[in-house]
Amino acid sequence: MIVLRARPLVLMVLALIPLALASLLIGVADLSGAQGGLILSISRWPRTLAVMLTGAALAVAGVVMQELVRNRFVEPGTTGTGEAAALGLLLATLAFPEAGIGTRMIAASLGGLAGTAVFLSLIRHLPPQEVLLIPLTGLIWSGVLGAVVLHIGWQTDLIQLVGIWLMTGEFSGVIAGRYELLWIAGLAAGLALFAADRLAILGLGDGVARGLGLNPEAVMRLGLVIVAVVTAMVMATVGMIPFLGLVVPNIVSRVMGDNLRASLPVTALAGAGLLLICDIIGRLLIFPYELPVSTVLGVLGAGVFLWLLWRRPGHD
Amino acid sequence: MTSVGRLPWPGLWLMLALLMVGAVYLLAGLGPRADVVLPLRATRLAGMVVLGVAIAVATVLFQTVSRNRILTPQIMGVDALYILLQTGLVLVLGPVGFATLPVAGKFTLELVVMVLAALALFGTLLGRGSQDVARMILTGVILGILLRSLANLIARLMDPNAFAVVQAESVVSLTRLDAGLLPFAAGVTGLAAGLAVWLAPRLDVAALGRETAVALGLRHDGLVMLALALVAVLVAVATALVGPLTFLGLIVVALARPLAGSARHLPLLITASVLAVLMLVAGQLVFERVQRLQSALPAVLEGAGGVAFLWLLLKGRIR
Repeated sequence: MIVLRARPLVLMVLALIPLALASLLIGVADLSGAQGGLILSISRWPRTLAVMLTGAALAVAGVVMQELVRNRFVEPGTTGTGEAAALGLLLATLAFPEAGIGTRMIAASLGGLAGTAVFLSLIRHLPPQEVLLIPLTGLIWSGVLGAVVLHIGWQTDLIQLVGIWLMTGEFSGVIAGRYELLWIAGLAAGLALFAADRLAILGLGDGVARGLGLNPEAVMRLGLVIVAVVTAMVMATVGMIPFLGLVVPNIVSRVMGDNLRASLPVTALAGAGLLLICDIIGRLLIFPYELPVSTVLGVLGAGVFLWLLWRRPGHD
Repeated sequence: MTSVGRLPWPGLWLMLALLMVGAVYLLAGLGPRADVVLPLRATRLAGMVVLGVAIAVATVLFQTVSRNRILTPQIMGVDALYILLQTGLVLVLGPVGFATLPVAGKFTLELVVMVLAALALFGTLLGRGSQDVARMILTGVILGILLRSLANLIARLMDPNAFAVVQAESVVSLTRLDAGLLPFAAGVTGLAAGLAVWLAPRLDVAALGRETAVALGLRHDGLVMLALALVAVLVAVATALVGPLTFLGLIVVALARPLAGSARHLPLLITASVLAVLMLVAGQLVFERVQRLQSALPAVLEGAGGVAFLWLLLKGRIR
């Protein structure tokens, strides 16, 4: 059993190493020059690390969201969490223009928390047999929040900032000193790894969870905080990265099943790997210029989403 | 016939209101430079008339074809298809070639491609997905995201100029109204709306459901394709004029149904069109002159429409 569990994990690590190396080596500047070490330590390594942290954290946040909602077709970016975090960030920027990174971080997290909580209370009113109404509601809810953010952005001349958060998540601006918030996202995702069993049980339903001696509300709160913090940190540092939290968990669960304790670490690594691949594609397609990773993922993720939608039976 | 006979009253009141609001929009606070201001306002007013009719008629047709009263073509990504086509055209012709192409020729070409693509894509989607409504809608929404992302990707692969052209297409602005496009857009919209009115009795039959309609001697599938083609043309016009407006059609048609006082298409088409123009002009009047917020109307309409859509979803009105 141990071998079986460990094997996908080992494979993932083995796949990540060449990807990370490639990410370190791709770029306009020449690493063999006198500045090579400096470029590596200030730009390439932080960027590679930031991509991996973001990918892993978002994939895990996707799993958590799917367990909270008990629906495979949701992720923080399609349930209003991302837009609500942006709203929190925007309001904090307007209310306390002088405020430091700490205040904004907290505002974004609180925003994400509120947005997700509203979404969760909205979907309670949906007829339970209509599984696909849940992601649909989430998409429209995030659209409404996005419209609010855009409107405030237009009226306050902050549309540039809003555009960066909502439309173009990318890593070209990442250098040492500008990505460290992502460690908090990584930590929050790490918390989910420890709570994997509880989250899996929560996904079976409140009744089962209670029967097994679990307090569903407590696990729900923990999950909410994890999702909100991960989304807020990613939003504040690199902007919206769509579909990663949906695509990766679905594919991993196809291969490995739903034993979260075994699959969650693999999901995290696969998320890091997929985001690295997309980032590398974005950096190579129009070299020496760059495409935002969110653009690459938007196409890829929407395509995979459609495939999942028509491959699976309608009610699972 | 009685239902059509009752049409003039609510319809007439709406039209009177529209005439008044339109006059206020044109004439209020003209100032000393009326010779400059008046043509500008007239162009914008005409643009809103074309836009309102296009969106209302397209939504009514789409709701009949999809047999669903909470959808608009834009929710299902039809406007994203137009934006992708536009981007593809910039890619093929280059931003300079694209900008120097004569408006009428360019737009005709776009409309033809748009109709073919929409029939292929949404014809199959509406046919295949009709058993599972939620899946069909979700597919449309994601398809819209996919088409938009593709347009974005293609635009970024080209140069920054091309990206700017595409970017401008995908942001809604009622003040952006392209005056050069307007006569052509008005002609196309008039033609399409006229066709829809001509088809109205057949649409009434089609709304009874495919089996009943076929039993009554209607060539149902042909009608559906024709209606979809009209939807594609009208959405292309609306998107070209101001950009993607997702939910305006939903609000307008939902309000027009009770006002029309009949389930028939003729009164519904007219009431919805008048109501759409009225809402646009009145809203623009309030935001432009009273509140001095230039960009506010689309955002408010989209926000309100999104909330309305959510409410309908939660109420279980999906079928």
